[in-house]
Amino acid sequence: MQTVKINDITPNDLPWTIEWSEDKCKMCGSCTAACTFGAIEAGVEGRGVTFSEGVAPNPQAAAKRAVPVIRQVADIKHRCTGCGMCEKVCPNRAIRPVRNEDNRWNFVNRSAGMPKRGGRSNLGVEDRTLDKIVVGRISQMTDPSLDALRHTFDMRAPFGRILPPEQLPLSVGPDGTLQMDKPLPTVNWIYPLVFSDMSIGALSTRCWEAISMATAYLNEECGIPIRMCSGEGGMPVSLLKSELLKYMILQIASGHFGWNRIIKAMPDMVADPAGIIIKIGQGAKPGDGGLLMAQKVAKHIQAIRGVPKSDLLSPPNHQGLYSIEESVQKMFLSLNAAFKFRVPVAIKTSATASSVSIYNNLLRDPYNIVGGYLIDGIQGGTGAANEISLDHTGHPVVSKVRDCYNAAVAQGRQGQIPLWAAGGIGLTGNAAADAFKVICLGANGVFVSKILLQLMGCVGNDRGRCNACNTGLCPAGLTTQEKKLVKRLDIDKAAQNIVDYVLAFDSEMKKMMAPIGNSSLPVGRSDALVSTDEAVANKLGIQYAC
Amino acid sequence: MCRIGAIKSKDFVHPSTALCLMQSQQKGHDNSGFAMVMQDLGGVFADYKDKPLMSYACTDAGVKIVEDFMREKGFSLAFHWSPKKNDATGLDIELMQHYHFENWDYPKLMANAPQAEKEELLTGIRLELRRVLEDAGDKIGFVYSFWPDVLTLKEIGNPKDIGTYFDLWNKNDKLMAKIITVQCRQNTNYDIVRYAAHPFFNQGYTVLANGENTFYVKNKECQKNLHRSYIGFESDSQCFLYTLHYVHRQLKWPLTYFKHVITPLPFDQIETRDDAQVLLSIRQSLPHLEINGPNTIIGVLPDGTMINTCDSKKLRPVVIGREGDTVALSSEVCGLNDIMPNRDASKDIYTNERETVIINNDLEVLRCKQ
Repeated sequence: MQTVKINDITPNDLPWTIEWSEDKCKMCGSCTAACTFGAIEAGVEGRGVTFSEGVAPNPQAAAKRAVPVIRQVADIKHRCTGCGMCEKVCPNRAIRPVRNEDNRWNFVNRSAGMPKRGGRSNLGVEDRTLDKIVVGRISQMTDPSLDALRHTFDMRAPFGRILPPEQLPLSVGPDGTLQMDKPLPTVNWIYPLVFSDMSIGALSTRCWEAISMATAYLNEECGIPIRMCSGEGGMPVSLLKSELLKYMILQIASGHFGWNRIIKAMPDMVADPAGIIIKIGQGAKPGDGGLLMAQKVAKHIQAIRGVPKSDLLSPPNHQGLYSIEESVQKMFLSLNAAFKFRVPVAIKTSATASSVSIYNNLLRDPYNIVGGYLIDGIQGGTGAANEISLDHTGHPVVSKVRDCYNAAVAQGRQGQIPLWAAGGIGLTGNAAADAFKVICLGANGVFVSKILLQLMGCVGNDRGRCNACNTGLCPAGLTTQEKKLVKRLDIDKAAQNIVDYVLAFDSEMKKMMAPIGNSSLPVGRSDALVSTDEAVANKLGIQYAC
Repeated sequence: MCRIGAIKSKDFVHPSTALCLMQSQQKGHDNSGFAMVMQDLGGVFADYKDKPLMSYACTDAGVKIVEDFMREKGFSLAFHWSPKKNDATGLDIELMQHYHFENWDYPKLMANAPQAEKEELLTGIRLELRRVLEDAGDKIGFVYSFWPDVLTLKEIGNPKDIGTYFDLWNKNDKLMAKIITVQCRQNTNYDIVRYAAHPFFNQGYTVLANGENTFYVKNKECQKNLHRSYIGFESDSQCFLYTLHYVHRQLKWPLTYFKHVITPLPFDQIETRDDAQVLLSIRQSLPHLEINGPNTIIGVLPDGTMINTCDSKKLRPVVIGREGDTVALSSEVCGLNDIMPNRDASKDIYTNERETVIINNDLEVLRCKQ
């Protein structure tokens, strides 16, 4: 007697099922070739066939025939991620993934006894705080709006430590003008949008190159002083020694990957980097380290990071650092000293209930060298974190930015440590609106990353589509080092998409600054915002309107 | 919108001139209030220039509170003056019971104290008295200024009627000053209270403005921590006073840098300047004192210097004219035409968007490009 297979996994247990139309399929094999996850395969099924011969219909049952089919592979490792590459390559639209609402994924996916990686925030995009805020103070008559197309706008945000006015080393010279008696901490005035930290190991070389190309193009051709953060893991030596380094913010995270190479390149650097970010934590997986899977550690990654092919773990904390007051300052001192105090050093943590405490500590920085505080909220992150971290840990960024800004206001220290926000900025595709609102609430600027991937062709979303960045099998060639897959990415097109988006972002920001009468960034102009949600209004200290 | 004006003269000027300056601009305001600050006083106050002059409006209960408070603090009354009041019917004015202008002698212990100490005392007394009056009840009394040689009058109502009530239309030698700043009010954007009317005065600095301060919340959040006297914020224009006071008195920066603080140059222009480092440091350290709305600002410094500057887009009008030993500033040129009919109008100055006009005590007019 044959064993009953009721305990086996079937496509119906998986989050996505494949809908395949035998009528339309011409069995060209494109879909199976395109599926990087091995979720579909060409197979053979035995079918009963009815046929007719002669001039009049005369159906007859024939013997069974073997029929070629495309079918879904029903196992966890090769599950369909819903990326839809099969549909994209099919000439006849004969195949597509369909979301399976009745799946048993949460019960079957822990089968290997390990937490699963890959996913997005489960907070969704429908219920965002930012979408409950609108710009309410529109200048009209006595206080005219500006013309977004004709007026000039100062679209720059500080990155670096800003001294309070009474500490400025200014004195009145003999000619009655102010003179500067000694140098100030370095402050770089950059565009309020920064391409956030995604490492050259996490992204494919082409993907990383596309972002850096877009960065250089925006700076040199469009006059937009945008900066890109390298992410942990360093960068090619040729770039470290290039003039273009001035557009890069280097990151040092707890794994210190790539820093050996950076330090060795220092004597040959012809330009200073735009800044340094010390990453303590990230919003997508707060309290958890970064992990670059071994399957993504290609040769060039091994070379840059100086480690062999293996899982590369950035620990969840900087080993040996025990308090903000002492340890981070020591790092700041050494990093500042390394670049002879010409490069601002900022710190990044995930948004947390203790963000305000951290910011308060930074504000008291006795060395005047904390160059910024980047808060990374729960809605950030790609698909390489543990699902459990993504889904169940973290803190939204909006209220934390507001709390930090208010804490600074209470001490009369607003603006002294620039406040940057990340995590979910542009989640719905409207990065300018999100940035504008966060800036009004007190941020100096925003970091974005996930949206860059999506501009370059990422098909993942926050409802569980694709999100296989950790597997090294990215079907769009973005988060993989597999040569065949990397070639799928059209590098010029990817860079072009980013440039176009930033140009639109720039126009949109001006379109939002104009009605409130601002020609410089509206940092702290919370009076310009209203909320349609009373709780949000109360929490953020803005007007409630209904 | 409000209409503002200012007169600076080598001779004593009567408030009726200021009222005339504003009268022809009456279509530009809504008759909701009038305020005036007179400095370098003559007339009945000429003999008391060194004694701090308190200007306040009170109910009976308020007067008692003020008197008790001042005596408790060791001050003694040196001179009291109230304007002659005209209780004609039909006047559009929200009257208080008493309008007092009183010179006080310093407490004995303070009589020979250094000037700076006296100034801090006077500021503290005004702030404390204001709080005491506010604690005592709603609208019991308002103390506007307490400073030597400075008189402040503020009232809600039709400026013309306010002039009538206080007998300001009749030129006499009792109330005279060499500097008069004046405003006829449009309802303020925030609470309609007497304190909301400008000119505002603090420690020898007077400022009034015609316009909207779109950065009011930013300015206020920053200023409230900068100095103990930066309180109230009943009007968005009040922020300009505190910024001028902070830049000039607290930071001790030259006057021309006030403009660099409120309307800094764009970054690309700063980069081309020889003093780029200084300008950039100011811009990045004081972004919360910037203004971004349309404004004309008139200020008076403790030494009597008068300044005028505008927003960086030059969205609000102002004109400066001169006749003989008098210079006057006005929102509209019709005001100047009324009080200076014989001036050479071709020499009128229309302050531009990057300019600070400074008028010194010799009535020399200096135009500083930002």
